[in-house]
Amino acid sequence: MLHMKDVSKVYRTEMVETHALRDLTLEVRAGEFVAVTGPSGSGKTTFLNIAGMLEELTGGVYTLDGVDVKSLDDKARSKLRNEKIGFVFQSFNLIPDLNLFDNIDVPLRYRKMSRGERHKRIETALERVGLASRKKHFPAELSGGQQQRVAIARAIAGNPTLLLADEPTGNLDSQMAREVMQLLEELNEQGTIVVIVTHDPEIAARAQRNVHIVDGIAADVERGPALVQKDPKNPKGFANAETIA
Amino acid sequence: MIGYYLDLALRSLKRNMSLTVLMILAIGFGVGASMTMVTVMHVLAKDPIPEKSKVLHYVQLDPRPLRGYVPGDEPLEQITRRDAETLVREHRADGQAIMTGGNATIVPSRANLDPFNIDARWTSTEFFTMFDVPFLKGAPWSAQDDANHNRVAVITKELAEKLFGSTDVVGFPIRVETTEMRIVGVLDTWNPIPHFFDLMTEAYGQGEQLYVPFTTSLDLSLDHNGSTNCWDSKHDDPKALDAPCEWMQMWVELDSDAKLDAYHDFLSSYWAEQVRTGHYERPVNIRLRNVTDYLDYNKVIPSDAKLGTVVALGFLIVCLVNTIGLLLTKFLRRSAEIGVRRALGASKGSIFMQLLVEAGMIGLVGGLFGLGLAALGLWAIRHGASAYGHLAHLDMAMLAATFVLAVVSSILAGLLPAWRGCQVTPALQLKSH
Repeated sequence: MLHMKDVSKVYRTEMVETHALRDLTLEVRAGEFVAVTGPSGSGKTTFLNIAGMLEELTGGVYTLDGVDVKSLDDKARSKLRNEKIGFVFQSFNLIPDLNLFDNIDVPLRYRKMSRGERHKRIETALERVGLASRKKHFPAELSGGQQQRVAIARAIAGNPTLLLADEPTGNLDSQMAREVMQLLEELNEQGTIVVIVTHDPEIAARAQRNVHIVDGIAADVERGPALVQKDPKNPKGFANAETIA
Repeated sequence: MIGYYLDLALRSLKRNMSLTVLMILAIGFGVGASMTMVTVMHVLAKDPIPEKSKVLHYVQLDPRPLRGYVPGDEPLEQITRRDAETLVREHRADGQAIMTGGNATIVPSRANLDPFNIDARWTSTEFFTMFDVPFLKGAPWSAQDDANHNRVAVITKELAEKLFGSTDVVGFPIRVETTEMRIVGVLDTWNPIPHFFDLMTEAYGQGEQLYVPFTTSLDLSLDHNGSTNCWDSKHDDPKALDAPCEWMQMWVELDSDAKLDAYHDFLSSYWAEQVRTGHYERPVNIRLRNVTDYLDYNKVIPSDAKLGTVVALGFLIVCLVNTIGLLLTKFLRRSAEIGVRRALGASKGSIFMQLLVEAGMIGLVGGLFGLGLAALGLWAIRHGASAYGHLAHLDMAMLAATFVLAVVSSILAGLLPAWRGCQVTPALQLKSH
């Protein structure tokens, strides 16, 4: 489903060149629940942004559901993102002026669905996260956990193949974090691929598979170095190569 | 999607009312001031006779003595009676009319109406057909009436109603000064703006109410209204046939370039003949300007109206620049929302359109406000001291133009902010939000 080969991302300014990802090769298959871990600044979020087509890759090849992302223009990329990917962010990123119903409606609007279809999907998504009765409420009227559930409802309303979550429990207390993780696991059981970026080892442990990124280089923790593309200029590979092996 | 964008725009405008009101005020004041002056210019500058403005030509000659002649000088503004009568008699154009402004006292037959003074025109029969003057009743007087100096008159329907309480008055007598004339025609509403056929009287006046053959007006010594310029003080009567005075206007109708050239040649021959007979001394210097060129040459549009328009349009630009700044602030403050929308599938084009619709909506409301201001501005002009004030009214075309100007201005003002808005990097916004 998601295939990255030798993907690199370099941020350039007049003074410095920062390599956020270096020749990252990774494949995520249908039905997987993958946790991406790594220290701060290791490139986890850059990976997620590239996976979600929110940033351009500098080099390498990224195909999503068989489509070479680099070859797409902004419109086609936006369409692909809208149809295939759902996002859940650490800070929820709900639009404060829209009520829950309208927040969940946002991705569906860009898909140009009929009004009836949109309404059906929104109701279903809200029911799934247990907030059907609060559809007229605004984000500020909800707790953090509830807001994250709305964000999940928004992500799944479009029925995406891939759910990308960036520290989805980072702003939640443990009880709410558990609820959100349970929801993500349920979605995964129902067939949605979940890729979650996290610092939390407890959360990572709940994933089927862990990918560790250090200094922009990734290694698959559970499946070993087979999926890891080592940087030929950096034969040591990623920092914790021994622990993975 | 436009419906969705309109809904979003409405929500966005409600969200920050003070900023919204500021932008609406900026657009409204700019549009209001511009449309006030553009409307005035539209009225002042419009073609008074669009169907014929290219075929009607104003005749200018120069019978002044050689003394004081400077090559390249314009000929006289008007023509002499001698030239006017000769040229109209020659009848070389498709149509020709000689004329001058006048005024006369009308003595009503109704006992309850006192005598009153009106503006009039002393002219020749073809005036009415050449200028497409609409008749409600009757018809122009005939060439025979001109030749025989008959006591006939054409009046406006307003005058007919005032004098007789009816417009069905063809054949009725009308007393002009001390002479009784027979009404041969009643005009429908007709007041070309500007009063192009005689700029020696008010260009933006209310028009004349009485038309009498020029020949008759001479017989009755009816008052002349307009400018008279004589270059030899030896003559006592400037209206005398050979008086060295310019005080009449002549228009000819020539519906092709060939006819225009032919008429120019005719005037050149006429000039040569006048030189030969000692009436003219200067080298040939003929002008045959059509209506458009004649109005341009006379710079009919008042300079205060032009200046006012330039200032108002400048003010609109200042308002637009302010609106650009305000829109930029408004849109960039929503970078986080834009980032979320981009992540959820909005393309740059969708964001651009959403923001542009919002700018357009501000323009629409600003246009409504501007329309109110324009109406107020025009009211002020109508009640001011300017000669053209009474013409300052918004017509449907200007009403539509106000909205188009408002929406186009605000969309133009929204282009840069919307473009900047859609360039927001979603990844950056989503992380920092």
